[in-house]
Amino acid sequence: MTDSQTSLEQEVAALIVQALNLEITPQEIAPAEPLYHEGLGLDSIDMLELSLAISKTYGFQLKSDAPDNASIFSSLRSLTRHIEKSRVK
Amino acid sequence: MSAIALLSPRSDDQAVAWRNTGPVSLAAFLHEVGQVAERLPERPFVFNLCSDRYHFLTTFCAAMLRGQTSLLPPNHAGQTLALLHATHPDAYGVADQPMNVAGLEIRAYPALPSGGRSHGEIPLIAAEHIAAITFTSGSTGQSMPHPKTWGSLVTEATLTASRLGLETGCHVLGTVPPQHMYGLGSTLMLPLHNGGVIHSGQPLFPADIRLALESLPAPRVLVTTPLHLRICLEQQAVMPPLALILSAAAPLSAELAEQAETAFGALLMEIYGSTETGSIATRSTANGEDWKPLAGVTLSRAENGRTCVEGGHIQTRIELQDVIEATDGSHFRLTGRAADMLNIAGKRASLGELNRQLNLIPGVRDGIFFAPDEVPGMAVRLCALVVAPKLSAQQIISALRQTIDPAFLPRPLYKVDALPRNATGKLPREALRKLIARLGTRPAS
Repeated sequence: MTDSQTSLEQEVAALIVQALNLEITPQEIAPAEPLYHEGLGLDSIDMLELSLAISKTYGFQLKSDAPDNASIFSSLRSLTRHIEKSRVK
Repeated sequence: MSAIALLSPRSDDQAVAWRNTGPVSLAAFLHEVGQVAERLPERPFVFNLCSDRYHFLTTFCAAMLRGQTSLLPPNHAGQTLALLHATHPDAYGVADQPMNVAGLEIRAYPALPSGGRSHGEIPLIAAEHIAAITFTSGSTGQSMPHPKTWGSLVTEATLTASRLGLETGCHVLGTVPPQHMYGLGSTLMLPLHNGGVIHSGQPLFPADIRLALESLPAPRVLVTTPLHLRICLEQQAVMPPLALILSAAAPLSAELAEQAETAFGALLMEIYGSTETGSIATRSTANGEDWKPLAGVTLSRAENGRTCVEGGHIQTRIELQDVIEATDGSHFRLTGRAADMLNIAGKRASLGELNRQLNLIPGVRDGIFFAPDEVPGMAVRLCALVVAPKLSAQQIISALRQTIDPAFLPRPLYKVDALPRNATGKLPREALRKLIARLGTRPAS
């Protein structure tokens, strides 16, 4: 892996793996790799579950800012950036 | 040959659809359908791959005006489309987002200037025209086609609307895609043929669902799934007043139904149906587990013990996959779901085919996928038990990724020394369940 995770990225990666019961370790999620479809291969059901885990952990509700959530979920990095910006806890 | 109007009558300025920009009048809708129809090539089959529900609707209608049949694949994965293209080589596709499938001509949904209106009469479509073909995957991987005539789709919409009291128009928002039978029937055909209005979106998160509902005038109908309902409830989402909530696609518990009715202040009706049959029955889940078939739909027992359905919108007798028990002359109960067919995140596959793919991986000696019992409101994810001494769980997952949709990847995958086969070589579900319960208490290898 050429790109290492920041500490909040590590935290969000752990949340993803735990919330979705994924068969990988959090460290294996490359920060710039797509979460949706290709890459990690998550689907819209995962996004729903993840939105619940995020609202419980960080206290805000996700909204799509694009029809397919492309920008927020384009990678661990963009999701983490979005959480950093929107979190209330 | 009898013919049925493209949609139920309404005035030129009355809405057919609702987009981000506001309502789309009948005149604007007919104009767009005509424009799209003119641009379609002369071919018998079209893959309708549009993700915007309004584009999907206009493409679906335009195809019928041109005498074409819409192919509605279970998902838009390249491999699925390629397989269906092989059996329908003269098909092309229409998509409103960039898509690429080797060998398939995909046309971009046309960019049309706004403001066009058509004041002609509502076109008629022959009742016998095959409007759409939906597909289910068989146990060996090939897809089974299920043709739907225009007449049967319209009858289904009429029967469903009359059961639900939605004959006089409502504004429908769907969180499910339009290309499966539930979405096609409930979010497109029902409003189209009962003076209703179709919202173009497919919101995912509770906050998005709320915004989309707020953009619609009353009476509002939400067409959704148990999973969306559970997430909305857990996030304590607030919705504008709803006339009705419809749920299908996965089992719903009476408890979840009751909670949703209380939280959103609306009646919740559940629809039972399948890709083969479309909607066939409804129930008010909070008030009892028995299903009432749509008017004219009757169930009977076939010689092989399976339940068959016919009548109403169903033109020829169809065998159901589920195990069904009649509770009285006019109601029935589901006593077992079809074991082999899986529906995860709107994607369909058969367990048999997944097992075949797993056992084709070099180094896998024996392996089986296991679908845990469904918990209402929770997405089902599969487990797998695999005997493969020389492979890591990671290597097996990587190999599976090449051939199966990510929705069906095992979470988790357990490596074991042997599968609990009985004396006849079979794998009893109970033995698998026990083994998985034991393995679940330690981390996956």
